[in-house]
Amino acid sequence: LNDALKTLGDWLLYAALFLAAAAAMLLGKADTVIVERLRAHTAAFVAPVLDTLSRPFDTAADGADRLHDFLALADQNAHLRHERERLVQWQAVAERLADENAQLRLLLKVAPEPGARYLAARVIADTGGVFARSLILNAGTASGVQPGHIVVSSEGLVGRIAGAAAGVSRVVLVTDLNSRVPVAVGDERVRAILAGNNTDRPTLIHLDADAAVATGDRVVTSGVTGAFPPGLPVGVVVAADDHRIAVAPFFESSRLEFVRVIDHGMRVPSAAMMTAVPPLPPLPPAPEESLEPAASEAPAAGSAGGP
Amino acid sequence: MKPVPLSRIDVAVRQTVPVAMTLALAVLGAVPFRVPALAAIVPALPLVAVCYWTLHRPELMPAAAAFAVGLLIDLLSGAPLGVNAGVLVLVHLAISTQTRFFASRSFAIVWVAVSVVIGLALALAWLLACLYHATLIDPTALLFEALFTAGCLPLLWWLMRQCQSLVPSRA
Repeated sequence: LNDALKTLGDWLLYAALFLAAAAAMLLGKADTVIVERLRAHTAAFVAPVLDTLSRPFDTAADGADRLHDFLALADQNAHLRHERERLVQWQAVAERLADENAQLRLLLKVAPEPGARYLAARVIADTGGVFARSLILNAGTASGVQPGHIVVSSEGLVGRIAGAAAGVSRVVLVTDLNSRVPVAVGDERVRAILAGNNTDRPTLIHLDADAAVATGDRVVTSGVTGAFPPGLPVGVVVAADDHRIAVAPFFESSRLEFVRVIDHGMRVPSAAMMTAVPPLPPLPPAPEESLEPAASEAPAAGSAGGP
Repeated sequence: MKPVPLSRIDVAVRQTVPVAMTLALAVLGAVPFRVPALAAIVPALPLVAVCYWTLHRPELMPAAAAFAVGLLIDLLSGAPLGVNAGVLVLVHLAISTQTRFFASRSFAIVWVAVSVVIGLALALAWLLACLYHATLIDPTALLFEALFTAGCLPLLWWLMRQCQSLVPSRA
């Protein structure tokens, strides 16, 4: 009888655990805010371990990069010299355009865009896979990071903060199944939505039927809905046929060591954000070394995030 | 109150090794290895660990621990909450009802059998995730993950056998 009771107890336990798993899945569907908070706090709990474990790999990757740079020194030098000449010309063009742009804005009385703030953060976990594409950063609410902030690398848009605890935050990459980014494609600025699918090649959806999109077109954020600031480089169209338009993002998640978190100051949540994220409170006064105005921080963080 | 002899603390600590090791492998799966494309197919080591300890120290790897490990994986990886938790409990159930089958087999057969269990578990997790998101997720990476896990299995099995001698059973 004792054995029978024990077996019955075991089966009841299994049943209870399966029910708990099913309940967790329902909770994840029903209340994303609670689940994101739970994820952020779990990440915060194991962050010290992840932070420590990730450093040797960062160092090894840096060493490999440096060795590679050293071996390719002459080639790279020639390439950089060539590129520098080209960029000096572009600089002249850009300065002229910036002047012109400022004058036209003044003429048209365009409302100035709210100033964005930047913060550099280290990637301490990379959980790409079939089930999700996300990163964990070593900066959280304590340094002003909030859900809804944008994450970029020196290459372009990486993703959006989904949840944040005191010292960590979780980034949902643009390649994640849950990611939807309003974008503009090519010179025609065709409007579309970039939808992640848990592979390295997110696809464009909701295009006009007659929209002309071709391989090689650049994809940038359109800024529609305000969830993302406009004009951030996202990727390039690598395959376009009748069924599917695939985009290769500019960033490579395995190479991300430092990223920048942008509070772009827009408070116009999209429909999806309104269900997923509580209204953003204003940023606390920035500590000098972490959050600084865009102008002074951008070049420094850019070099930190550079390859 | 009688003082607890050191040897009992020692035994108690050693008995936490199976669960602690499995949790550690779950965290290790999230570490950025900076190797292109590895993150997508990082082997399901906690799954292997749950299989091993359920077979060799069942009393130290209870079903609730398997559930907790799965929940940790779900929370850290951003996978739908409950998917890995449910699947690991199912794996625990499958292995613990088949201990007699595994008891007297050669390692090659255990390797194949556990690989099949892991393959089925990953396929089930994929199916649940597809249902959860109501969309078809590209399973290519999962196929590689399953193969990679099966490939890593002998090494991990050997490592855990080395640890096993340190872990007294609770009998």
